[in-house]
Amino acid sequence: MSLRSPLGQARGLGSAKDGVGHWWLQRLTALALIPLSLWFVYSLVRFPLTDYETMVAWIKAPLVAVALVLFFAAAFLHAALGVQVVIEDYVGGEGKKLLSIVIAKFVLYALGVASIFAVLKIAFGA
Amino acid sequence: MAQLTLPENSKIDRTAGKQHKAPAGAKNIRIFKIYRYDPDTQANPRVDSYEVDMDSCGPMVLDALIKIKNEIDSSLTFRRSCREGICGSCAMNIDGTNTLACTKSCDEVKGDVKIYPLPHMPVVKDLVPDLTHFYAQYASVEPWLKTDTPAPTRERLQSEEDRAKLDGLYECILCACCTTSCPSYWWNGDRYLGPAVLMASYRWLVDSRDEATGERLDQLEDPFKLYRCHTIMNCAKTCPKGLNPAKAIAETKKMLIERKG
Repeated sequence: MSLRSPLGQARGLGSAKDGVGHWWLQRLTALALIPLSLWFVYSLVRFPLTDYETMVAWIKAPLVAVALVLFFAAAFLHAALGVQVVIEDYVGGEGKKLLSIVIAKFVLYALGVASIFAVLKIAFGA
Repeated sequence: MAQLTLPENSKIDRTAGKQHKAPAGAKNIRIFKIYRYDPDTQANPRVDSYEVDMDSCGPMVLDALIKIKNEIDSSLTFRRSCREGICGSCAMNIDGTNTLACTKSCDEVKGDVKIYPLPHMPVVKDLVPDLTHFYAQYASVEPWLKTDTPAPTRERLQSEEDRAKLDGLYECILCACCTTSCPSYWWNGDRYLGPAVLMASYRWLVDSRDEATGERLDQLEDPFKLYRCHTIMNCAKTCPKGLNPAKAIAETKKMLIERKG
């Protein structure tokens, strides 16, 4: 039970004057992922996944490598933004919320960087 | 924060409900199952069942509630005033949907008429929710004309096109049906302003006479105040006035994008 006035409670800490960037980036990455993920799935279906040599040769092609880097960047960025929103929606308590967001972001950014690094390593590898 | 089950003292005690039989000779009987909570007792809420003779009752759910209060059980508590859908007092959850008891016809409901208070709000008594925070949030967006230009000696002029932009916004009666139907508001209502307040805010954002548009956008640009809206659309679906708060929120987001460039 708080003795703070209702208006004081409603105003809270005021506006963060932030959020439009997050929202817009989530839409932009979603838009980019439409062609990129369609192409990615199409490619996976088209090539025999079990054939190592074919996969390496495919990833080495410059256009494919660029598209893969874009795909992984967009996918993991989109995931990080989206998971943050889900956590903010459903996880209560400032401490738990912050910890969940930090862990989710560390994991997703690490996976994103690892994916992109793997593509570059193959693309630039001998 | 998401709260998927009710706290222990808010759970409905299914065994405690009272049955009120219709008077002998009544032919056209409808059963009304109504949420009851009395803060003066330590008891959990219950659902009472009232048999109402529809031959001597008006057509709307509010008519039945008033008949129950007058003739069957005077302890039944609910808000009502205008009985014509303009005051917003009798907003409640009828047959699973938030709406106004005065404009909801009993014939629209199949089977027993189940009536609960607006969802996920503290209950003062029976069908009366505590809307203090909702009203405070409305006050927090400063829903009045703000100008720096000295007041003119006559009316502030507005073109017909600009006036038309307020249609579908100004009709809101602040009944809170939309806000209390919104899952985002259920989980984060302490900070999320909710559809009704955001639409009220947009009503001033698009008013050509208002000079505080930027200030208003500053106040709204917040991950919680505005961006908890995930276009779930419950607001537009439930609005008893047929308005679309989700669209107003989307337009506000577009204004923020436009400002950012």
